[in-house]
Amino acid sequence: MAVPLTRTLSVNGTTQTVSVDDNTEQLLYVLRNQLGLNGPKFGCGVAQCGCCTVLVDGVIKRSCVTPMNTLTDGAEITTLDGLGSAGHPHPLQQAFIDEQAGQCAYCANSMIMGALGFIEGRVNAGNSAVPTEDEIKQFLSGESSASSYVYLCRCGSHPRIVRAIQHAAEEMVH
Amino acid sequence: MARTMSRRQFFSRAGTLAVAFSLAPTLARSFPADVKAAGASADLAIDSWLVIGPDNRVTIYSGKVELGTGVQTALTQIVAEELYLTIDQISFVQGDTSQTPGDKGYTAGSQTIQSEGPKLRIAAATAFQALLKLASQQIGVSTHALRAQNGQIGIGHNLNRARTYGQLIGQQQIQLTSDATVAVKDPADYTVVGTPLPRVDLPDKFLATFTYMQDVKVDGMLHARVVRPAGRNATFVSFDESLCTAVPGFVQVVQQDNFVGVVANDEWAAIQAAKALHVTWQQGAPLVAEADLPQALRDPANIYQTNPTQAPVGDVDSALAGASVTLEADYFTPFQMHASIGPSCGVADVRGTPDPTTGIQATVWSGTQGVYPLQGAIAGLLGISTSAVRVIYVEAAGCYGHNGADDVAADAALLSQAVGKPVRVQWMRQDEHGWEPLGPAMAHTLRGGLDANGGVVAWDHTVWTPSHSGRPGGKQGNLLAGQETGALPNALGSPIGTGTRNQPVNYAFPNNRVTENAVANFAMASGVTSSPLTYSLPRTSSLRSLGGFSNSFANESFMDELAAKAGADPFAFRMGYLSDPRAIAVMQAMANKAGLSHAKPPAQNGMLSGRGISYLQYENKLAYVAAAAEVQVNPTTGTVQVTRVVVAHDCGQIINPDGLMHQIEGNVIQAVSRTLKEQVTFDANRVTSVVWASNSFFPGKQYSILNFTEVPTVEVVLIDQPTLAPWGAGEPTIEVVPSAIGNAIFDAAGIRLRTIPFTPDQVLAALNP
Repeated sequence: MAVPLTRTLSVNGTTQTVSVDDNTEQLLYVLRNQLGLNGPKFGCGVAQCGCCTVLVDGVIKRSCVTPMNTLTDGAEITTLDGLGSAGHPHPLQQAFIDEQAGQCAYCANSMIMGALGFIEGRVNAGNSAVPTEDEIKQFLSGESSASSYVYLCRCGSHPRIVRAIQHAAEEMVH
Repeated sequence: MARTMSRRQFFSRAGTLAVAFSLAPTLARSFPADVKAAGASADLAIDSWLVIGPDNRVTIYSGKVELGTGVQTALTQIVAEELYLTIDQISFVQGDTSQTPGDKGYTAGSQTIQSEGPKLRIAAATAFQALLKLASQQIGVSTHALRAQNGQIGIGHNLNRARTYGQLIGQQQIQLTSDATVAVKDPADYTVVGTPLPRVDLPDKFLATFTYMQDVKVDGMLHARVVRPAGRNATFVSFDESLCTAVPGFVQVVQQDNFVGVVANDEWAAIQAAKALHVTWQQGAPLVAEADLPQALRDPANIYQTNPTQAPVGDVDSALAGASVTLEADYFTPFQMHASIGPSCGVADVRGTPDPTTGIQATVWSGTQGVYPLQGAIAGLLGISTSAVRVIYVEAAGCYGHNGADDVAADAALLSQAVGKPVRVQWMRQDEHGWEPLGPAMAHTLRGGLDANGGVVAWDHTVWTPSHSGRPGGKQGNLLAGQETGALPNALGSPIGTGTRNQPVNYAFPNNRVTENAVANFAMASGVTSSPLTYSLPRTSSLRSLGGFSNSFANESFMDELAAKAGADPFAFRMGYLSDPRAIAVMQAMANKAGLSHAKPPAQNGMLSGRGISYLQYENKLAYVAAAAEVQVNPTTGTVQVTRVVVAHDCGQIINPDGLMHQIEGNVIQAVSRTLKEQVTFDANRVTSVVWASNSFFPGKQYSILNFTEVPTVEVVLIDQPTLAPWGAGEPTIEVVPSAIGNAIFDAAGIRLRTIPFTPDQVLAALNP
């Protein structure tokens, strides 16, 4: 039988209390359907593509495989919706615009949120070097020591995505 | 959501200038009554309007849709150019059967820029000339003295006594029809067309403020998931919903014939209830065994049509008989997927009765490529009149042809009709991988003859292809939900122009024969679909470049085989049969950029290095494309890494060079993915490759696409022809890449791969025969 659950989360800096009828409901559906956040998207439901990527307490999570009962009260959730605005885009968002790093751009959430977790993770670990092109590609292919998650793009914007992440990193690591 | 406006209102709003024009060249049809009533000329097949409002804003009402390719930005540039506006003053209302006129078919086939661009240019120029005349009258000087800038017309370069377009129009209702003889701007004076303007849609996409189809929400909306049959030919026996009722939010199971869906109050509940539903199916006739495909496609029992693809040149049989050397080879490409990153999604609001004001009974939001063909199909599915259905286009995740967008909209419509409330359906990943219309597997036999000097005296290409045309076409039987509820799809038609795209070559051979064989996916009798619908091959439809991907792979690989047999350099060999200066120019540009006159790149540690080239003219009459690919082949693991792809591209006038470059890059990368990795697998009943990556949790077959570390460096040379017609670039490049890679592998390792994908297993088998 489904077990209900209520959690108070900090979502993009705002405190939100959410209730679900089934405590195994994945965070993705709560973000999209209860909180109206369209950044994270459904792509595969099994953590293989990256569309649903968010940060939980600064750590990259695939929200399609993050059940609500694994979150603690006060958990800090960051989604693409909370990064920046048209007037004040986040450096990653600005770099993606500058490089025109998307076609359909359904994967933009995946790439930007993954890159955010990647770059901030490096900086927090004391590595403030701008990642090389190969390091970015390896990260997005799940071949880095930091993460085995894969980030998929179907339209073929890969070279622009890599350039955008590198340019944003130049700003973010300083 | 944009507000509704009837066609009549286009012509009755005060203070507008409206230009009616047609974007569909072949339309010969009667007018909607309300347009006729508004006084439009009955001999003009209007299907689009360009409207200038009192605020100087231009709105284009067009059935063409943005599919994630940047087409909207490019078309906007064309309008901005002729009307002396900035692109932010122009907006598009796209693909809404209640707002965009006509019966415009589909946004597909790399057609938008080349078919719409010139017509939009003329419509905008027609509007501008009318504004110029108004300005001449109102300012009191001749049109020659007037200049325009940023939506104003005034005298001389300083725009003295300037009036805005809105002021010029005032309270008038001006109705014009597009004038094909109107003066258009000299390309030498262009300031907007030909510049790399950033795409208008991308900032919202990166800021999470863009509404994709997957983000559409309607008041009172329920969520649903479909439970597709256990096999392509399976029939429904029974269902047991006892476990569904334990899911909080579960509403009901909807079952009609072989269509089964689960509706719930929220999305998570719909997913859980669909998992909890136990359905019993009776499997039907088996599909052709996947391993037998190359033979099965050639089996006369499965062929419903054989025709020359084009008029034969010379006498191929005699030429082959008299040739010094003959060569024959079979090629094969498997079923492949669109594999959109976001599974298809549709929302439908089907009421019990039509709205008394609008007459609309069913409103459907869809990422379809054609709102009108889907409108008719949905009407048939629901058993209501076409005019009672409104289909509104909303851009979904990347569309590379006819994917699941139409089918999922039909699912939503059927479920909404059953529960009497708006319903959103998003396919799960296994639905998308398992049920989207596939790009067909294709088989080819090529024969060639060389004379004593190594010249080609005969060329003979025979193709066997299932259908590339399964779009809704106004018929519910072409939708999955329609088929599951007993409707039959259209009988399969001729593959000429679809399955045969780029099957002919543009090389001048003295004896040349090209033949198509159309292979049936399902049983037909006397040219009509047999009932009950029984598939022998997976369902297929249009995937980027249609038959061109496979045909060009076969042609340009075999061209390389002939060159090798003749002992000729592949570049010089091809150039010997090309005379069109534009063809020669793209080949030279590719050769220069790729450095063909220099040695190929050195082999990396333990690898084999190779370089291969390819050439084609899209649809034999449009864009010219030449490509070079560099590969490193690992002889131990069989892995092929494509390290660099160079493309030279001439698609006529360039509207937006950065947008064009991005399309070409995307084509290359998608092509590398399809060439190295992609193959739909299926068993006797159904598609089995339903995950991106197999692992211990998902032990089934995978359908995986390129990772970042597998992406080559892409270098593009654009050849602009500012005074010539613009041609599409959405598909040409994807066709040249597979053969360039195959030719590079041959150059590296001396093995000729004739079956896609070039997996490590295939490479190792060829290396160690």
